Amino acid sequence: MSALIVALAIAPLVCAVVTWFLPVRISKYLTVVVGTLTFVGALTLLSGTAHRTVSVGSVLRVDSLSVVFLLAVTFLYAATAIFTKGYLKVEPGSRGIRYGRRFYAGLNLFCWSLVVAPLVNGLALLWVAIEITTVVSALLVAIDDTQGASEAAWKYVVLASLGLGIALFATILMYYAGTSVFGAAYNLSYPTLLKGAVHFHPDVVRLAFVLGVLGYGTKMGLVPVHTWLPDAHSEAPTPISALLSGALLVVSFYAILRFFQIAVRTLGPAFPRDVLLIFGVATLLLASLYLLSQRDMKRLLAYSSVEHMGILAVGMSFGSPIAIFGVLLHVIAHAAAKGTAFFGVGSVVRKFGTKDMTKIRGGIGALPWSGALLVASVLALSAMPPFGIFRSEFLIVYGGLSDPRDVVAAIFVVLVTLAFFGLSWFTTQTMLSPDSTNVLEAASDTIVVVKGEVSLWIVASMVIGLAALVLLGVHLPSQLSELLHRAAYELRPPR
Amino acid sequence: MYHVPSTYQGVTAGMAVLVLLSEFAMLRAPLLRSQVRLYAFQSLVVSGLAAFVAASKHIDELYVLAGLSLMLKVILVPGLVLRLLRDADTDLAGSSVIGTASAILIAIGVSAFGFFAIGSLHVSSVSLPTSALAIACAVVLVAFVLIILRTDVVSQAIGFFSLENGVSVASLVVASGLPLIVDVAFLFDLLVAVVVFGVIMRVHHMRNETLSTTELDRLRG
Repeated sequence: MSALIVALAIAPLVCAVVTWFLPVRISKYLTVVVGTLTFVGALTLLSGTAHRTVSVGSVLRVDSLSVVFLLAVTFLYAATAIFTKGYLKVEPGSRGIRYGRRFYAGLNLFCWSLVVAPLVNGLALLWVAIEITTVVSALLVAIDDTQGASEAAWKYVVLASLGLGIALFATILMYYAGTSVFGAAYNLSYPTLLKGAVHFHPDVVRLAFVLGVLGYGTKMGLVPVHTWLPDAHSEAPTPISALLSGALLVVSFYAILRFFQIAVRTLGPAFPRDVLLIFGVATLLLASLYLLSQRDMKRLLAYSSVEHMGILAVGMSFGSPIAIFGVLLHVIAHAAAKGTAFFGVGSVVRKFGTKDMTKIRGGIGALPWSGALLVASVLALSAMPPFGIFRSEFLIVYGGLSDPRDVVAAIFVVLVTLAFFGLSWFTTQTMLSPDSTNVLEAASDTIVVVKGEVSLWIVASMVIGLAALVLLGVHLPSQLSELLHRAAYELRPPR
Repeated sequence: MYHVPSTYQGVTAGMAVLVLLSEFAMLRAPLLRSQVRLYAFQSLVVSGLAAFVAASKHIDELYVLAGLSLMLKVILVPGLVLRLLRDADTDLAGSSVIGTASAILIAIGVSAFGFFAIGSLHVSSVSLPTSALAIACAVVLVAFVLIILRTDVVSQAIGFFSLENGVSVASLVVASGLPLIVDVAFLFDLLVAVVVFGVIMRVHHMRNETLSTTELDRLRG
């Protein structure tokens, strides 16, 4: 098992280095192979780590909570690799070759940092891993070298770095809280912190937790520190948008959960839940309102991600084990659904050459497969059965209704419905509206395109994503369900 | 009976105050060049602090950290930013949303807030100087003021780097016992972050032919 964990932590990095030197046509397949292998590795961990935590040296450690996030990240890594094979068009000539190399090396490096973050042992190393995700993804946002991309990259790098500055300060305060128990020199690993957390100074832990939520919340997209998110998601190349949305945001959520795990031991469950509740409700409210006024397709999905991060925060604030189970399932289901939706949008953008939803009409007519799959993935994102998000949101609401503050669950349902309205309105308008070529008075600014898929690889990546969502929704595999139970148990407040 | 601070506490607090004062000076500095030089000075103080903590607590690894941060933050990064300024050769004066006097007033306000916020935790420790932690918190908050009020990429980047200096001060006084591997990882990470800032600053300058951020308003909604 240890060898597998080390391999998971190294393989994407090796792949990144190798793709820098290889021609793009080989890199494409290599990335698909490595991405799929890491996902298979994560699945193996699913059964291998049952009932125990595996540590490798003092640096790597895998428990059930890590495996949950590892599954989400590696699934998206594999799916994005398949999508990118069909999506990326490299212009001939040295410029195009350079772009392709940079893109694939960057993509693999980004995935490496995302895979490593749940594997490392300790708050300090976690911070380092998440900082690496920022710097790599900031360069990937800027890679298209347009004005919009440079603006989005600047906002992203400034805001995310500041957020991580705060997160680092929170990490140091957590260390400070521990010095009263362990003395001036100790190591910030999870087992040490969890063992001593009961005796930490509560005021210091309180401050560290709030700063941790604020700092990592900047990267997770919690309101009011989400402002970089729609820009970066809309200006980045689509495979990067999918990874940002489905993997990067939840990895930051993972960091918040690690702070949560310590804080509930020191402070009891009430304070950490209240903090997450405030951030979560604000996030959910703002995102569902913004969803009603978007024109840009990728921005629409970006705000949908903000909404789902709000759902995760509110779900954690309910605190009942069933709601936490739902939150962890939501992490995986959201990764699959958001990835699939971005793949579909990538296909539409390639076809129509614009992200502006007022100019796109008759999407399903032009793209019979990926268009239909896109509509399905948007329904999945809006928590329609039979998809996985239906199950996870159902469990969260169910857990919320058993909470004394069940009014929050009611607000939650209203806001999620509002978001559903915004998301489905715009998507059905662009995808299901009649084909502009068949209408006599076609609006003059809609774009007319030839019918046909952009690439079968894109369709394949979307089919895989939706199949996973149906599996999660219809029949949750028993091993996964046990894993989520154990992870929820790890997050519980001690008796 | 008064509590007499030890020499160690006195010196660390004094150096932390120097870091805070240079942060204020950055806020006041009108020219971008002088801002970069102040950052170099501030980093020098932080490196000195690292060396002092290493000497008085006999943590040899911190000498490595002090040396590395001297090379990177005092020489390399300011050098690179100054070169970018020479190449850009436009808008050498920094830009600010409000006047210097008001900016300083706000900064005094937030640093007092930071100081009392840490003070209200009522934690006292024999070996660790809490006052230096409070000052580090003030440095972080003033760096935020700097970033919010300035509207050019150089000031914003320097603001972020000096925020990191503030966090470094906190980690030196509070977490000097962290294992070396973590310290080196932090430093490596910061180096990478600085490089990325540099790259994106260059991209911004090439795309927009200015260092100002006032035109970055196309993406909204």
